[in-house]
Amino acid sequence: MSDPKIEGFELEKGFRGMAKDTGSDQTMFKGVHWGKAMMWIFLLSDTFVFSCFLIAYMKGRASTPAEWPNPSEVFALEAFGVPVPLLLIALMTFVLITSSGTMALAVKYGYERNRKMCGYLILATALGGLTFVGMQAYEWSKLIHEGVRPWENPFGAAQFGSFFFMITGFHGTHVSIGVIFLFIYCYKVFAGHYDEGKRGWFTKMKGDYVEVEILGLYWHFVDLVWVFIFAFFYLW
Amino acid sequence: MEETKKKSDQSSTHKIGIYLWIWGLLFVLSFFSYLVDWYQFQGLLRWSLILFFMFLKAGLIMAFFMHLYWERYALVNVLLWPMTAIVCFVALMVAEGKYTLFSRLFYFFVGG
Repeated sequence: MSDPKIEGFELEKGFRGMAKDTGSDQTMFKGVHWGKAMMWIFLLSDTFVFSCFLIAYMKGRASTPAEWPNPSEVFALEAFGVPVPLLLIALMTFVLITSSGTMALAVKYGYERNRKMCGYLILATALGGLTFVGMQAYEWSKLIHEGVRPWENPFGAAQFGSFFFMITGFHGTHVSIGVIFLFIYCYKVFAGHYDEGKRGWFTKMKGDYVEVEILGLYWHFVDLVWVFIFAFFYLW
Repeated sequence: MEETKKKSDQSSTHKIGIYLWIWGLLFVLSFFSYLVDWYQFQGLLRWSLILFFMFLKAGLIMAFFMHLYWERYALVNVLLWPMTAIVCFVALMVAEGKYTLFSRLFYFFVGG
């Protein structure tokens, strides 16, 4: 299961090792970078925020007697004169998965101290994220033109709009923030801040490629949330 | 600081093959979940397939892209056990949603 091979911090496998790690003096998760642990804790709290949105959506949809709009018709897109169901959403999913893959590779090359590969892959990730946000903006404006509002829409149950704008809007905000940080980290990688151990802003911590992994955690989380939104909002 | 240094100096990097495999799998699974809509499966088949592909994708992303599979067991537990609270919440709200729908229909048609 877990990797017990961190030098100097070997633990017994399984539950006993976990108990020793948790009950050990001063530091929990010995050998795990504190930034990484904190990012995980943040992502855990973010998971609860998104869960609350999705659960609210589930409850709203389950408790209305009005017909829920059929997502595969609402989100259909014309391609060569034929309406294809969920075309834009499928493209968005593939773009986001692609960017997730490039990010995973960027982390790998970062740890191998391959500065250029790492930088280019982060750049590719940022461009993927930007494409995603662009497609989402297009989707929003299309639906708004068709008359979807948070309080009404021409397709069915009135609650549809508010859940749609809330959930995809909050996810899109996460993607946008991620893109901004990806561009910053792209610059920092190319400038060699992580090779020289240059200090970041507001911190005494010396730059290290572990920061790329921490950013990667955030980016994969955004992808993870999209997996759930895709399943519950667009397919269900 | 000592601890974090040690970790980052010799942090195990993984072979590129595993990332490419997971990447490919994610594409295939996304394609399958799109096909669920394309072929317009309905009812039990539809939502069990949707959930199956969703959890598979989420698991792959967390385990390999987010390195949770190689992470310290204590951290894995701290992250995954709170999810049971979400499951409880979902169960509660399913019951609540049904009750709301029932009482709405009841008072719409039967009256107070």
